[in-house]
Amino acid sequence: MAARTLTINGTLISARSNETVLEAAREAGISIPTLCHLDGLSEVGACRLCLVEIAGSPKLQPACHTTVTEGMEVQTDTPRLKAHRRAIVELLFAERNHICAVCVASGHCELQQLAVEVGMSHVRYEYLSPDCSVDISHARFGIDHNRCVLCTRCVRACDEVEGVHTWDIAGRGTNARLITDLNVPWGEATSCTSCGKCLLACPTGAIFSRGSTVAELERDASRIATIVAARNERW
Amino acid sequence: MNRLKLATVWLGGCSGCHMSLLDLDEWLIDLAAHVELVYSPIADQKTFPEGVDLTLVEGAIANDEHLELIQDVRERSRMVVALGDCAVTGNVTALRNPLGEARSILQQVYIEHGDPRGVLPSTPGIVPILLDQVIPIHMIIPVDLFLAGCPPSGPRIRAVLEALLAGTPPELAGGFG
Amino acid sequence: MMEFQDLQIMAEQERTRRKAIRIHCCTSSGCQASGALELFHQLQAAVEAAGQNERVDIIGVGCMGFCGQGPMVSVEADGVLFEHVRPEQAPEIIASLDGGPCNVKQGDHAHPFFARQMHIVRRNGGVIDPERIEEYIAVGGYQALYHVLHEMSPAEVIDAITRSGLRGRGGAGYPTGLKWATVAKSPGERKFVICNGDEGDPGAFMDRSILESDPHLILEGMSIAAYAVGADQGYLYVRGEYPLAIARLQKAIAQARKHDLLGSQIFDTSFNFRVDIRVGAGAFVCGEETALIASIEGRRGQPRPRPPYPAEHGLWGYPTLINNVETFGNIAPIITNGADWYAGIGTERSKGTKVFALTGKVRNTGLIEVPMGMTIREIVEELGGGTPDGTPVKGVQTGGPSGGCIPEALFDTPVDYESLAEVGSIMGSGGMVVMDATTNMVEIARFYMEFCMDESCGKCIPCRTGTVQMYRLLSKISAGQATAADLATLEQLCHLLRETSLCGLGQSAPNPVQSTLRYFREEYERLLRKRVTINLTSR
Repeated sequence: MAARTLTINGTLISARSNETVLEAAREAGISIPTLCHLDGLSEVGACRLCLVEIAGSPKLQPACHTTVTEGMEVQTDTPRLKAHRRAIVELLFAERNHICAVCVASGHCELQQLAVEVGMSHVRYEYLSPDCSVDISHARFGIDHNRCVLCTRCVRACDEVEGVHTWDIAGRGTNARLITDLNVPWGEATSCTSCGKCLLACPTGAIFSRGSTVAELERDASRIATIVAARNERW
Repeated sequence: MNRLKLATVWLGGCSGCHMSLLDLDEWLIDLAAHVELVYSPIADQKTFPEGVDLTLVEGAIANDEHLELIQDVRERSRMVVALGDCAVTGNVTALRNPLGEARSILQQVYIEHGDPRGVLPSTPGIVPILLDQVIPIHMIIPVDLFLAGCPPSGPRIRAVLEALLAGTPPELAGGFG
Repeated sequence: MMEFQDLQIMAEQERTRRKAIRIHCCTSSGCQASGALELFHQLQAAVEAAGQNERVDIIGVGCMGFCGQGPMVSVEADGVLFEHVRPEQAPEIIASLDGGPCNVKQGDHAHPFFARQMHIVRRNGGVIDPERIEEYIAVGGYQALYHVLHEMSPAEVIDAITRSGLRGRGGAGYPTGLKWATVAKSPGERKFVICNGDEGDPGAFMDRSILESDPHLILEGMSIAAYAVGADQGYLYVRGEYPLAIARLQKAIAQARKHDLLGSQIFDTSFNFRVDIRVGAGAFVCGEETALIASIEGRRGQPRPRPPYPAEHGLWGYPTLINNVETFGNIAPIITNGADWYAGIGTERSKGTKVFALTGKVRNTGLIEVPMGMTIREIVEELGGGTPDGTPVKGVQTGGPSGGCIPEALFDTPVDYESLAEVGSIMGSGGMVVMDATTNMVEIARFYMEFCMDESCGKCIPCRTGTVQMYRLLSKISAGQATAADLATLEQLCHLLRETSLCGLGQSAPNPVQSTLRYFREEYERLLRKRVTINLTSR
């Protein structure tokens, strides 16, 4: 595999030619915030948090979906990018009912952590306070749509890793909702194998194991990548 | 030495943030050397005074009384700090927002899920009128600092107060929940 | 097997079977909505009753363009034009052929609305019966395809399109020849050609009219494109709200297949091309090319990041050419008349003509096709005839929810891609909504933002939630409850969506807000309050 040299924030780094800017940055110890990205899953470029500036490109590019090129000059942390990231995280907090104080994932939540990372002190937008449902029809898991950020990591984990595609999205815009099978209660979704990969993949407390209470939900999303790697490398 | 005039305000919240403040124990005695507590739910002052240097506001804006008081707070304080998640985001106080407007909430609480012969509370001038939506304080007035947390821990409150007394910018990002 | 001679024979037969007088009755969606089908039947009955069957033919034709005056009827050869025709007036029209008295409102071909137009894409609109391939062939149809297959190499075709200067008519104005060349060069076992007929801008109906009026023109354009890029399968993606266009396309495809103009070994060459229709379910975002491809593949119609572009990695991963209906409509005329002819029309960088749907506060509404470079003033004042009641014109919105407002002071701007972009709007697909002095610009911005909010697919966060916040802020401003801080937040969100949204829908959603702020800022500021207000009563 050919190597490429590029600079990220002025630092010269080398990367494999098929790597994304995000992979190259992380290997070089440069952190770029992400939400819809999860190691082991395909990229959708939807959360827009990993947008970076690339010299010569008028448009911001998602680091997760941009392959490195020789001599590429990348900026990951400019004031413009920081302002955008903070705004995006604020928009997410305003969209549904993210009440950390009463959430199972508090303390182990990627959205909560992102708020710290992007320096969000408060939300400048009107809270939309939508009336969202909670589905606890499944014997082991539940989904609280109040906490869903529509990152589709569960959809992809279910489709690409478990090979089932129980999850998908119905509706559009801010009315989009995760659904199981053809919009039946999760407990009645016959395709679901109850494998729990969606739970592993979920960055917030949206998908939770039943019985866990506030701040109890700890899980290791990197297990998805481990499963994928084990398969690909035939461990 | 001129002591800083400090006020604390309790709006729509559980008072947990004030408990957290009280958790600072003996440091409060050190604090008293630097500040004069001019208004607080834990002090006996009925109206919000003029010329306050620093006001810590706990709780969200949930009724007309809060709406009125927060305007006085802003006009009479040099610096306003949103203390805790309810003041910063609405938090638990705002959990009622998705359920509809004030009348519908009262109906659900006092009639549907309450005493079968219950009545809607209505004592004009005594019980404040609920707003249709609970909102964080910065939606009404400019806020200078945001200290999130449910509640913010004593040490975090202390760190912020120490920084403010020392005239340095405090570290504030995140901390929700 | 169809040969060139067969085309000529068909054309000749069609011309000889024609009766002395052809009366055109528009049967497009617009005129149908005002009773054209009943009128069509009444005209036939009137011919029958007058015993004129041998001499007079009533032809259901496509759009004549002057949609505000429909239903429209015209008499071929002598050029009489009737407007607002009611079914009961049919006998009067037939009687007038022999000098009978006729009180039906007559139009005027010399009217600037007609006289100042230049028809390339719409040349058969209102002239031929779109449901009969014979009529298309009689006006020279499919000869360009024959010419291309027998006398030009794919590279020569691409070169001709490149030299013509044609640019994508879907809105962005990407050079068509360059796009074709990229698809042609991209390696792939298969290639596809897609016609984007998912026209969704409020107030725009150019593509619908072209598809309804001249479906074979589009099929021929797609076939030429397929030959040039090396594709053997095409898809016509048409929105489900266009049932008449879909029905006519289905008919056209069946006719073309029957005459071996689609299918295998077309015109006795090794060129094979099939076309299938895919009906959209009404999502505006499916007009975005990657979302459209996802929809054809049977997946949720959502965009994906580009690059890779569809030209390299499109339908099912194969190199795919996507052009808009109007773009394909220009292809056969360019081949027939030559690239130089086309390049001689229009401006330095925008060649040919553009079809616009002229609507709003304007006297003459309808479809117009004008050479690039005509000024907005000419379009609004001369073709459009100004406002119906003489109220001063305030501006025009071009490009729909992705476009912007151009104030009257800038009406001398020529319509070409660069000039419109310079004044903060876009060419877009061709919607042109005229606004008069009574129009509330904040409401206009709010209307388009509501559209974008409803049509956001929900995939990327800035567009999904940003449009909602912007709509709420605009509503708040409109209701007189916003402060200067709210306006500042609105402007920050404009910036955010433009820079961070995943696809064109979100990136251009701020356009109506930003352009109205640019030219009519005082209308916003007039509505602002000093202090935040909260209503105590139920919202």
